[in-house]
Amino acid sequence: MSGQGLEAALALAAALFAIGLAGIVARRSLVFMLLCAEIMLNAAGFAFIIAGARWSQPAGQVMFIFLLVTAAAEVAVGLALILTLTGTLTDTLTGTLTGALSGRPSKGDR
Amino acid sequence: MNALLAVASAVAVASTLAVILQRRAVHALLYLIVSFFALAVAMLALGAAFAAALEVIVYAGAILVLFVFVVMMLGSEDARPRGAGWIGPSLLALVLLGELLYAFLAEPGLLAPGAASLPAAVPPQTVEPKAVGIALFGEYAICGEIAAFLLLSGLVGAFHLGRRDSPARPEGGER
Repeated sequence: MSGQGLEAALALAAALFAIGLAGIVARRSLVFMLLCAEIMLNAAGFAFIIAGARWSQPAGQVMFIFLLVTAAAEVAVGLALILTLTGTLTDTLTGTLTGALSGRPSKGDR
Repeated sequence: MNALLAVASAVAVASTLAVILQRRAVHALLYLIVSFFALAVAMLALGAAFAAALEVIVYAGAILVLFVFVVMMLGSEDARPRGAGWIGPSLLALVLLGELLYAFLAEPGLLAPGAASLPAAVPPQTVEPKAVGIALFGEYAICGEIAAFLLLSGLVGAFHLGRRDSPARPEGGER
Protein backbone atom coordinates (compact mmCIF):
# COMPACT_ATOMS: atom_id res chain seq x y z
CA MET A 1 0.00 0.00 0.00
CA SER A 2 1.15 3.51 -0.65
CA GLY A 3 2.52 5.61 2.14
CA GLN A 4 -0.54 7.79 1.92
CA GLY A 5 -2.84 4.97 2.98
CA LEU A 6 -0.60 4.18 5.92
CA GLU A 7 -0.58 7.82 6.94
CA ALA A 8 -4.37 7.91 6.82
CA ALA A 9 -4.49 4.76 8.96
CA LEU A 10 -2.10 6.32 11.48
CA ALA A 11 -4.34 9.39 11.59
CA LEU A 12 -7.27 7.07 12.33
CA ALA A 13 -5.34 5.47 15.20
CA ALA A 14 -4.48 8.89 16.60
CA ALA A 15 -8.08 10.05 16.29
CA LEU A 16 -9.39 6.98 18.12
CA PHE A 17 -6.82 7.45 20.88
CA ALA A 18 -7.82 11.11 21.25
CA ILE A 19 -11.51 10.21 21.42
CA GLY A 20 -10.78 7.64 24.13
CA LEU A 21 -8.73 10.14 26.10
CA ALA A 22 -11.48 12.75 25.82
CA GLY A 23 -13.97 10.17 27.04
CA ILE A 24 -11.87 9.31 30.10
CA VAL A 25 -11.54 12.98 30.95
CA ALA A 26 -15.17 13.90 30.29
CA ARG A 27 -17.16 10.96 31.66
CA ARG A 28 -17.50 10.23 35.35
CA SER A 29 -19.01 6.78 35.21
CA LEU A 30 -16.53 4.02 35.97
CA VAL A 31 -17.99 1.77 33.29
CA PHE A 32 -17.54 4.46 30.67
CA MET A 33 -13.98 5.15 31.81
CA LEU A 34 -13.12 1.47 31.44
CA LEU A 35 -14.70 1.51 27.98
CA CYS A 36 -12.62 4.51 26.97
CA ALA A 37 -9.49 2.78 28.24
CA GLU A 38 -10.42 -0.08 25.90
CA ILE A 39 -10.74 2.38 23.00
CA MET A 40 -7.27 3.78 23.74
CA LEU A 41 -5.69 0.33 24.03
CA ASN A 42 -7.31 -0.66 20.78
CA ALA A 43 -5.99 2.42 19.01
CA ALA A 44 -2.49 1.65 20.24
CA GLY A 45 -2.79 -1.90 18.95
CA PHE A 46 -3.95 -0.59 15.61
CA ALA A 47 -0.84 1.59 15.44
CA PHE A 48 1.26 -1.53 16.05
CA ILE A 49 -0.50 -3.25 13.16
CA ILE A 50 0.11 -0.29 10.87
CA ALA A 51 3.80 -0.41 11.74
CA GLY A 52 3.88 -4.14 11.08
CA ALA A 53 2.19 -3.61 7.71
CA ARG A 54 4.65 -0.89 6.79
CA TRP A 55 7.61 -3.30 6.97
CA SER A 56 5.63 -6.51 6.26
CA GLN A 57 6.79 -7.94 9.58
CA PRO A 58 4.68 -10.19 11.86
CA ALA A 59 5.98 -8.40 14.98
CA GLY A 60 3.21 -5.81 14.78
CA GLN A 61 0.48 -8.44 15.00
CA VAL A 62 2.37 -10.23 17.79
CA MET A 63 2.37 -7.01 19.80
CA PHE A 64 -1.35 -6.65 19.06
CA ILE A 65 -1.93 -10.08 20.55
CA PHE A 66 -0.05 -9.08 23.70
CA LEU A 67 -2.14 -5.92 23.92
CA LEU A 68 -5.22 -8.12 23.61
CA VAL A 69 -4.04 -10.22 26.56
CA THR A 70 -3.41 -7.08 28.60
CA ALA A 71 -6.85 -5.72 27.77
CA ALA A 72 -8.52 -9.01 28.72
CA ALA A 73 -6.79 -9.14 32.11
CA GLU A 74 -7.51 -5.46 32.73
CA VAL A 75 -11.19 -5.85 31.90
CA ALA A 76 -11.56 -8.94 34.08
CA VAL A 77 -10.08 -7.25 37.15
CA GLY A 78 -11.68 -3.87 36.42
CA LEU A 79 -15.17 -5.25 36.01
CA ALA A 80 -14.77 -7.36 39.15
CA LEU A 81 -13.74 -4.19 41.00
CA ILE A 82 -16.76 -2.32 39.66
CA LEU A 83 -19.12 -5.11 40.75
CA THR A 84 -17.51 -5.23 44.20
CA LEU A 85 -17.74 -1.47 44.62
CA THR A 86 -21.36 -1.48 43.53
CA GLY A 87 -22.26 -4.03 46.16
CA THR A 88 -20.30 -2.22 48.84
CA LEU A 89 -21.03 1.40 48.24
CA THR A 90 -24.74 1.35 47.46
CA ASP A 91 -25.81 2.00 51.03
CA THR A 92 -23.06 4.29 52.13
CA LEU A 93 -22.50 6.72 49.33
CA THR A 94 -24.63 9.27 47.61
CA GLY A 95 -26.86 8.51 44.70
CA THR A 96 -24.55 10.30 42.33
CA LEU A 97 -21.69 7.89 42.81
CA THR A 98 -24.03 4.93 42.84
CA GLY A 99 -25.48 6.09 39.56
CA ALA A 100 -22.01 6.62 38.18
CA LEU A 101 -20.99 3.11 39.18
CA SER A 102 -23.98 1.55 37.52
CA GLY A 103 -23.50 3.45 34.30
CA ARG A 104 -26.80 5.19 34.85
CA PRO A 105 -27.00 8.80 33.68
CA SER A 106 -27.04 11.06 36.68
CA LYS A 107 -27.18 14.75 37.20
CA GLY A 108 -23.44 15.41 37.07
CA ASP A 109 -22.73 13.01 34.24
CA ARG A 110 -23.14 13.70 30.59
CA MET B 1 -8.43 -1.00 -0.93
CA ASN B 2 -7.98 2.62 -0.05
CA ALA B 3 -11.71 3.20 -0.51
CA LEU B 4 -12.49 0.35 1.90
CA LEU B 5 -10.02 1.79 4.39
CA ALA B 6 -11.52 5.27 4.08
CA VAL B 7 -15.10 4.11 4.62
CA ALA B 8 -14.09 1.88 7.53
CA SER B 9 -12.18 4.79 9.09
CA ALA B 10 -15.21 7.05 8.82
CA VAL B 11 -17.43 4.43 10.43
CA ALA B 12 -14.88 3.83 13.19
CA VAL B 13 -14.51 7.50 14.07
CA ALA B 14 -18.26 8.13 13.95
CA SER B 15 -19.15 5.16 16.13
CA THR B 16 -16.36 5.83 18.63
CA LEU B 17 -17.51 9.43 18.96
CA ALA B 18 -21.01 8.11 19.53
CA VAL B 19 -19.66 5.86 22.33
CA ILE B 20 -18.52 8.74 24.50
CA LEU B 21 -21.64 10.80 23.74
CA GLN B 22 -24.18 8.15 24.75
CA ARG B 23 -26.04 8.39 28.01
CA ARG B 24 -26.94 4.74 28.37
CA ALA B 25 -24.13 2.25 28.82
CA VAL B 26 -25.80 -0.41 26.68
CA HIS B 27 -26.13 1.89 23.67
CA ALA B 28 -22.49 2.93 24.06
CA LEU B 29 -21.54 -0.74 24.06
CA LEU B 30 -23.45 -1.31 20.82
CA TYR B 31 -21.60 1.57 19.19
CA LEU B 32 -18.28 0.28 20.49
CA ILE B 33 -18.91 -3.16 18.99
CA VAL B 34 -19.58 -1.52 15.61
CA SER B 35 -16.41 0.52 16.04
CA PHE B 36 -14.35 -2.62 16.61
CA PHE B 37 -15.89 -4.23 13.54
CA ALA B 38 -14.92 -1.18 11.49
CA LEU B 39 -11.40 -1.34 12.86
CA ALA B 40 -11.25 -5.01 11.89
CA VAL B 41 -12.14 -4.01 8.32
CA ALA B 42 -9.35 -1.45 8.39
CA MET B 43 -6.92 -4.14 9.59
CA LEU B 44 -8.02 -6.39 6.74
CA ALA B 45 -7.39 -3.55 4.30
CA LEU B 46 -3.91 -3.23 5.77
CA GLY B 47 -3.23 -6.92 5.22
CA ALA B 48 -3.39 -8.06 8.86
CA ALA B 49 -6.04 -10.75 8.53
CA PHE B 50 -5.14 -12.61 11.73
CA ALA B 51 -5.34 -9.47 13.83
CA ALA B 52 -8.66 -8.61 12.21
CA ALA B 53 -10.06 -12.02 13.13
CA LEU B 54 -8.78 -11.63 16.70
CA GLU B 55 -10.34 -8.19 16.88
CA VAL B 56 -13.74 -9.61 16.05
CA ILE B 57 -13.47 -12.82 18.07
CA VAL B 58 -11.70 -11.64 21.21
CA TYR B 59 -12.45 -7.93 21.47
CA ALA B 60 -16.00 -7.77 20.16
CA GLY B 61 -16.87 -11.37 20.95
CA ALA B 62 -15.42 -11.81 24.42
CA ILE B 63 -14.35 -8.59 26.10
CA LEU B 64 -17.32 -6.47 25.07
CA VAL B 65 -19.77 -9.28 25.79
CA LEU B 66 -18.27 -9.32 29.29
CA PHE B 67 -19.03 -5.61 29.47
CA VAL B 68 -22.60 -6.25 28.35
CA PHE B 69 -23.01 -8.94 31.03
CA VAL B 70 -21.74 -6.66 33.76
CA VAL B 71 -23.86 -3.70 32.70
CA MET B 72 -26.90 -5.98 32.70
CA MET B 73 -25.89 -7.42 36.08
CA LEU B 74 -25.67 -3.97 37.61
CA GLY B 75 -29.36 -4.15 37.16
CA SER B 76 -30.55 -0.60 36.84
CA GLU B 77 -33.56 0.03 34.65
CA ASP B 78 -31.49 2.34 32.47
CA ALA B 79 -29.10 -0.45 31.60
CA ARG B 80 -31.70 -1.89 29.24
CA PRO B 81 -31.72 -0.84 25.62
CA ARG B 82 -34.71 1.35 25.12
CA GLY B 83 -36.28 3.44 22.40
CA ALA B 84 -34.51 3.88 19.11
CA GLY B 85 -30.99 3.49 20.46
CA TRP B 86 -30.34 0.44 18.33
CA ILE B 87 -30.99 2.20 15.01
CA GLY B 88 -27.71 4.10 14.84
CA PRO B 89 -25.44 1.09 15.39
CA SER B 90 -27.56 -0.91 12.94
CA LEU B 91 -27.10 1.70 10.21
CA LEU B 92 -23.34 1.79 10.76
CA ALA B 93 -23.22 -2.00 10.72
CA LEU B 94 -25.17 -1.93 7.44
CA VAL B 95 -22.44 0.26 5.96
CA LEU B 96 -19.88 -2.34 7.03
CA LEU B 97 -22.01 -5.11 5.51
CA GLY B 98 -22.06 -3.16 2.26
CA GLU B 99 -18.28 -2.99 2.40
CA LEU B 100 -18.10 -6.75 2.88
CA LEU B 101 -20.39 -7.40 -0.08
CA TYR B 102 -18.39 -4.96 -2.19
CA ALA B 103 -15.14 -6.68 -1.32
CA PHE B 104 -16.60 -10.05 -2.32
CA LEU B 105 -18.42 -8.96 -5.46
CA ALA B 106 -15.80 -6.61 -6.85
CA GLU B 107 -13.11 -9.26 -6.45
CA PRO B 108 -14.49 -12.63 -7.51
CA GLY B 109 -11.07 -14.18 -6.91
CA LEU B 110 -11.64 -13.85 -3.19
CA LEU B 111 -14.33 -16.52 -3.30
CA ALA B 112 -12.20 -19.05 -5.17
CA PRO B 113 -9.54 -20.52 -2.89
CA GLY B 114 -6.39 -21.50 -4.64
CA ALA B 115 -6.86 -19.02 -7.46
CA ALA B 116 -3.91 -18.75 -9.80
CA SER B 117 -3.13 -15.18 -8.97
CA LEU B 118 -3.82 -13.21 -5.86
CA PRO B 119 -6.75 -10.87 -6.35
CA ALA B 120 -5.94 -7.22 -6.40
CA ALA B 121 -7.84 -6.72 -3.16
CA VAL B 122 -5.14 -8.50 -1.20
CA PRO B 123 -2.74 -5.78 -0.18
CA PRO B 124 0.91 -6.33 -1.04
CA GLN B 125 2.17 -6.18 2.51
CA THR B 126 -0.07 -9.01 3.75
CA VAL B 127 1.39 -10.87 6.73
CA GLU B 128 0.16 -14.44 6.83
CA PRO B 129 -1.18 -15.95 10.07
CA LYS B 130 1.48 -18.64 9.80
CA ALA B 131 4.23 -16.03 10.00
CA VAL B 132 2.52 -14.50 13.03
CA GLY B 133 2.36 -17.87 14.77
CA ILE B 134 5.98 -18.65 14.04
CA ALA B 135 7.06 -15.28 15.41
CA LEU B 136 4.78 -15.60 18.45
CA PHE B 137 6.03 -19.03 19.53
CA GLY B 138 9.58 -18.66 18.28
CA GLU B 139 11.08 -15.27 18.60
CA TYR B 140 8.62 -13.99 21.21
CA ALA B 141 8.11 -17.17 23.24
CA ILE B 142 9.28 -15.53 26.48
CA CYS B 143 6.76 -12.74 25.98
CA GLY B 144 4.10 -15.38 25.51
CA GLU B 145 5.01 -16.93 28.85
CA ILE B 146 4.82 -13.52 30.53
CA ALA B 147 1.43 -12.92 28.92
CA ALA B 148 0.31 -16.25 30.40
CA PHE B 149 1.44 -15.03 33.85
CA LEU B 150 -0.56 -11.87 33.32
CA LEU B 151 -3.68 -13.79 32.36
CA LEU B 152 -3.29 -16.06 35.39
CA SER B 153 -2.92 -13.08 37.73
CA GLY B 154 -5.97 -11.49 36.15
CA LEU B 155 -7.92 -14.70 36.71
CA VAL B 156 -6.84 -14.95 40.35
CA GLY B 157 -7.59 -11.28 40.95
CA ALA B 158 -11.04 -11.43 39.41
CA PHE B 159 -11.83 -14.62 41.35
CA HIS B 160 -10.67 -13.06 44.60
CA LEU B 161 -12.69 -9.90 44.06
CA GLY B 162 -15.77 -11.80 42.99
CA ARG B 163 -15.82 -14.29 45.87
CA ARG B 164 -18.82 -14.17 48.18
CA ASP B 165 -16.70 -14.11 51.35
CA SER B 166 -14.05 -11.86 49.89
CA PRO B 167 -12.41 -9.56 52.43
CA ALA B 168 -13.02 -6.79 49.93
CA ARG B 169 -16.74 -7.09 50.70
CA PRO B 170 -18.03 -5.89 54.04
CA GLU B 171 -20.28 -8.89 54.68
CA GLY B 172 -17.24 -11.11 54.46
CA GLY B 173 -15.90 -9.72 57.72
CA GLU B 174 -12.89 -7.54 58.31
CA ARG B 175 -9.52 -9.17 58.21
